[in-house]
Amino acid sequence: MAKGPLCGEYFISGDEACAEAGLSAGCRFFAGYPITPATEIAERMAGRMPDVGGVYIQMEDEMASMNAVLGAAWGGAKAMTATSGPGFSLMMENLGLGIMTETPCVLVNVQRGGPSTGLPTLVGQGDMMQARWGSHGPYEIIALCPTSPQEMFDLTIEAFNLSEKYRTPVLLMADESVGHMTERVVIPPAESLKLYPRRKPTVPRDKYRPYEADPDGVPPMACAGEGYHMHVTGLTHDERGYPLTTDPAVQERLVHRLIEKIRANRADIIRVESEGLDDAEVIVVAYGITARVALWPVELARQEGIKVGWLKLVTAWPFPEDLIRQLARRVKAFVVPEINYGQMVLEVERCAGGQAATHLVPHAGGDVHEPHVILEAIRKAAGKVAQ
Amino acid sequence: MGMMENNAKVAVADQVTTNQQHPLDRLLRQDRLPHIWCSGCGLGTALNCFLNALIKSEMDPDKVAIVSGIGCSGRVAGYVALDSFHTTHGRAIPFATGLKLANPELKVVVFSGDGDLIAIGGNHFIHAARRNMDLTVICVNNFIYGMTGGQLAPTTPTGARTSTSPTGNRDHPFNLSYLAAASGASYVARWTTLHVRRLERAIGEALRKPGFSFVEVISPCPTLYGRLNKQKSGLEQMDFYKKNSIIRHGADPRQADIGLTGQIVVGKFVDLDKPSYLQLQKA
Repeated sequence: MAKGPLCGEYFISGDEACAEAGLSAGCRFFAGYPITPATEIAERMAGRMPDVGGVYIQMEDEMASMNAVLGAAWGGAKAMTATSGPGFSLMMENLGLGIMTETPCVLVNVQRGGPSTGLPTLVGQGDMMQARWGSHGPYEIIALCPTSPQEMFDLTIEAFNLSEKYRTPVLLMADESVGHMTERVVIPPAESLKLYPRRKPTVPRDKYRPYEADPDGVPPMACAGEGYHMHVTGLTHDERGYPLTTDPAVQERLVHRLIEKIRANRADIIRVESEGLDDAEVIVVAYGITARVALWPVELARQEGIKVGWLKLVTAWPFPEDLIRQLARRVKAFVVPEINYGQMVLEVERCAGGQAATHLVPHAGGDVHEPHVILEAIRKAAGKVAQ
Repeated sequence: MGMMENNAKVAVADQVTTNQQHPLDRLLRQDRLPHIWCSGCGLGTALNCFLNALIKSEMDPDKVAIVSGIGCSGRVAGYVALDSFHTTHGRAIPFATGLKLANPELKVVVFSGDGDLIAIGGNHFIHAARRNMDLTVICVNNFIYGMTGGQLAPTTPTGARTSTSPTGNRDHPFNLSYLAAASGASYVARWTTLHVRRLERAIGEALRKPGFSFVEVISPCPTLYGRLNKQKSGLEQMDFYKKNSIIRHGADPRQADIGLTGQIVVGKFVDLDKPSYLQLQKA
């Protein structure tokens, strides 16, 4: 294997592509704990980090992994971890610390069937609302959903860039099918990648206030050892970083900024892909492996003369509210297949606001949807009699 | 009294304060004081010993970071004028691990309490010791959860009364020094806040020791522990340490259990030359 990040065409799994993307993005710290179906990311990192002079450490659990990642980010590194449902649950505590302390890092969840230990080796998409709301308190989150090994690569790079730009943990919400799928992955030369650098303070040390934000709501970040002697806390804090836990006005100012730095920049963050929306009467909204599975039934429905479009959520969070609202004004219905019993469909339904019908195509997990099940849902949504 | 006189008085008072700066002032966040700790608490003494040890170590303060968890002891990070991190409950050690490995130039010190480090953070504690991770861990052991109002801790001696063991604790407590030694720490010492010079020296040794160095600081909590256990003031608790501490360097920490009454064995228990985590990575 090459010293340094790879470059060229490779036949690798989504998990391996994710690890390689980390290296290409400049990630030099990985802390993890083995868990199916994300283990291959840790294994790849253990083998490859020495090639780039980075650190791999296997921690004692996922709480430790997430915290070590936060510590490493404050030590100046780009850092990531990877897990699946049970570990994701354990990481929620310190995902919150990362949000509150505005720590850039990437957390990968290769989703499997749940609840609980569920289906360790089989696919699920049941953690999408946990991704949004799993840590306590009010906050906004960024979560991306890859549909292929290539996107495991591309969106891991994107996740690192968004995490640095907005100084927040970013979630890569993959799934077992995409993580274990092995396909051609094109890795561009590392020097050709556009990487967002860490936002460093430009004021003198004695003028630096760690949580005084730039106009876009994001504060520059000093790291330990740079002489700034900053204080970082998960408690509600002022611009100096000092805890102030009895003043609701300080809480309002901080939480408002943490939320607005994402909400006000939705146009910059949100990405979708689509086909056939222009004349669509029915739109299939999907993400991850299910977006890919939905392509064929959409094509079959088109052949039957149904005007159906396809909308892939590259960004699950923040949710593309405005787009769904606009589409709801002119389509008959949305069809939302997902490998859970209704999570992202709730967002579609909320934004449709009764102007278009919303049809969930649920799946408890363990497999992807049968294409004919999605096709049948499209027919029903279009008002066509089932054949 | 006129405004002029008032201002003059304030100016004189400022002058006096300036002239009487405490030698540790430069390592404390003046704008965060006074601290929240109760009268008679041992945390101020423990912090004082740490800062004096740090000054004597001649380490560059720019390259020292302090990480705390949650609780009264966890507030230490908020008072020191160093890069300081106040993390989640029990997670100071893994945070510190990431910080240290991302920038090995840093001296990373974890300063926290017994409930934080050993109950909710117990797994992280034993694994960092097992790895001989290059961290100094100072654990202020006051046998109680202070911040939440005096509940049973994993260190509370059997028989001791707390707000959640109102008729006396029926659990066995952890012996922290033994736990650290058994888990693989390369340096383990225990002192009480009565032994300020020895405690300061031990922290200095711990700061210079490669690998996982652990200093247990037995400390009074008169408000929540002492009051319920016949040691009503900080002074009474210190008096108890004076009468009952026995210095035994090199003692087997297995023999150093701490009870509600009886001896507290203190001293340097472990000082081993074994490869630290970072030394093993380079090997």
